[in-house]
Amino acid sequence: METAILVEGLRKVYGEVVAVDGISFEVQRGEIFGMVGPNGAGKTTTIECIEGLRRPDGGTVTALGLDPQRDGYELRERIGVQLQESALPNRIKVWEAVDMFASFYRRSVDWEPLLERLGLADKRDAVFAKLSGGQKQRLSIALALINDPELVFLDELTTGLDPQARRAMWQLVLDIREQGKTVFLTTHFMEEAERLCDRVAIVDAGRIVALDSPENLVRSLGAEKRVVFSVERDFDEDYLRAVPGVTRVERSGERVTVYGQGERLVGGVVNALETGGVPFRDLRTEQPTLEDVFLALTGKQIRG
Amino acid sequence: MRGLRKLTLVEAKLFLREPAAAFFTLLFPLVMLFIFGSIYGNEPTDYFDGHGAVDASVPAYIAMIIATVGLLSITINIAVYRENGILRRYRATPMRPQAILSASVLVNFVMTLLGGLLLILAARVVYGLRFEGDAVGVLVAFLLSALSFFALGFVIASVSPTARVAQVLGMVLFYPMLFLSGATIPLQELPEWLRRFSEFLPLTHVVTLLQGLWFGEPFGDHLKEVAVLAAVLVVGVVVTAKTFRWE
Repeated sequence: METAILVEGLRKVYGEVVAVDGISFEVQRGEIFGMVGPNGAGKTTTIECIEGLRRPDGGTVTALGLDPQRDGYELRERIGVQLQESALPNRIKVWEAVDMFASFYRRSVDWEPLLERLGLADKRDAVFAKLSGGQKQRLSIALALINDPELVFLDELTTGLDPQARRAMWQLVLDIREQGKTVFLTTHFMEEAERLCDRVAIVDAGRIVALDSPENLVRSLGAEKRVVFSVERDFDEDYLRAVPGVTRVERSGERVTVYGQGERLVGGVVNALETGGVPFRDLRTEQPTLEDVFLALTGKQIRG
Repeated sequence: MRGLRKLTLVEAKLFLREPAAAFFTLLFPLVMLFIFGSIYGNEPTDYFDGHGAVDASVPAYIAMIIATVGLLSITINIAVYRENGILRRYRATPMRPQAILSASVLVNFVMTLLGGLLLILAARVVYGLRFEGDAVGVLVAFLLSALSFFALGFVIASVSPTARVAQVLGMVLFYPMLFLSGATIPLQELPEWLRRFSEFLPLTHVVTLLQGLWFGEPFGDHLKEVAVLAAVLVVGVVVTAKTFRWE
């Protein structure tokens, strides 16, 4: 596999604040690599050092084989960038924006099919200020793809979008990878990282605290699954405690939560309830998520 | 170069779509011309040393346009672009920083020139505007004046923490200059002590320089104005280079 990004010992300090504190990682070509963590963890600073927009105080960065500081302009010809909290002039029209950004690059794709693909074709004459949040984000993706980049940076792509727009955005990210591009994204939505990323770096306070595929991260945690259901009458909880894999049972009113591990946990619980003649409803299972991983590794909620 | 051309073209469209900027640069000077032209006409009078009121007002209003664009348009434009992350977005492309800033200077210069030309055309057609100077000399003085005021605008935008502060600072500098520099009220109307104060306003030197050259006085009579404006330009560029922020 070819390396798209190589970061070793990256460090960036703003005055007294250490924003990035010795981060190292490698991104392979063709993968979707995610950096997750709370605001202020150093995600955006890391991205901006890779893009050549900020000068690192320490460590080395290579992107597409180039040094972002020395060859920043050459690098920016080949990358696509969607910046967090960046806007366009209020009165610029959609077509003017894509047409203008296309002229900034040596190589660019036709913008009409691009707008079509991003569902902005009927907005081509609308001005930026009149677009919805989701439309603005789709336009910023269009601008990030206008130069047919090898590597695409998406910084907090779905922040501020409603759930439906967020899901639509996820499909776009998967489509970008389908075209053979490498995607580097940051997010503070754990679910987003789990759905999209081949590998995830969990960052907190300027350091990487874990780096692996979302499944491995969750598995390494050894976290328990939960089986949750409601009952209408009292029953003997020892039935459940005897099921293989169950570690504990909690009850709060009608609601029962069974904690445990193993593939057969759900089947065992359901069997035990039926055997004991206990009527139950609304049974569902809850898998541990990256959210739990983050909580376990850093001791904080990601959105605190 | 293609990028610079497109960026300049788009910025020009955006300037014209901004009602305040377009109005105060292109139309307001005409409103002034027609109001005062219809009151005073353009007969030569002793008050203006044998020139007509319109002949004296046109170079003064051109100075007003320069101040409007330099202290209001550029200042607000740059500060808003910075605050909204637009400059940052442009920087994330292969566009060179100098190209991004050149586009802004270029567009604002062309709009200033356009405002001046519309004014001259209207004054010529309606009031028979007279011009006794050397066109090249006036153009050079216009260029120097515009660039030094643009530099002032960049300084204000650079030192202001927010777009709002930049706008207020721009206005605080703009309004006294508008009334005390001879751009709208002739300097000879001001009492002696105010005239001494107006010497400290850069726009006074723009008005004096443009009016003098318009009436055919040689550049040599206006070395002081040229020196002041050149100094403003140099200091402005240096301060901007040291304080300019992209975000």
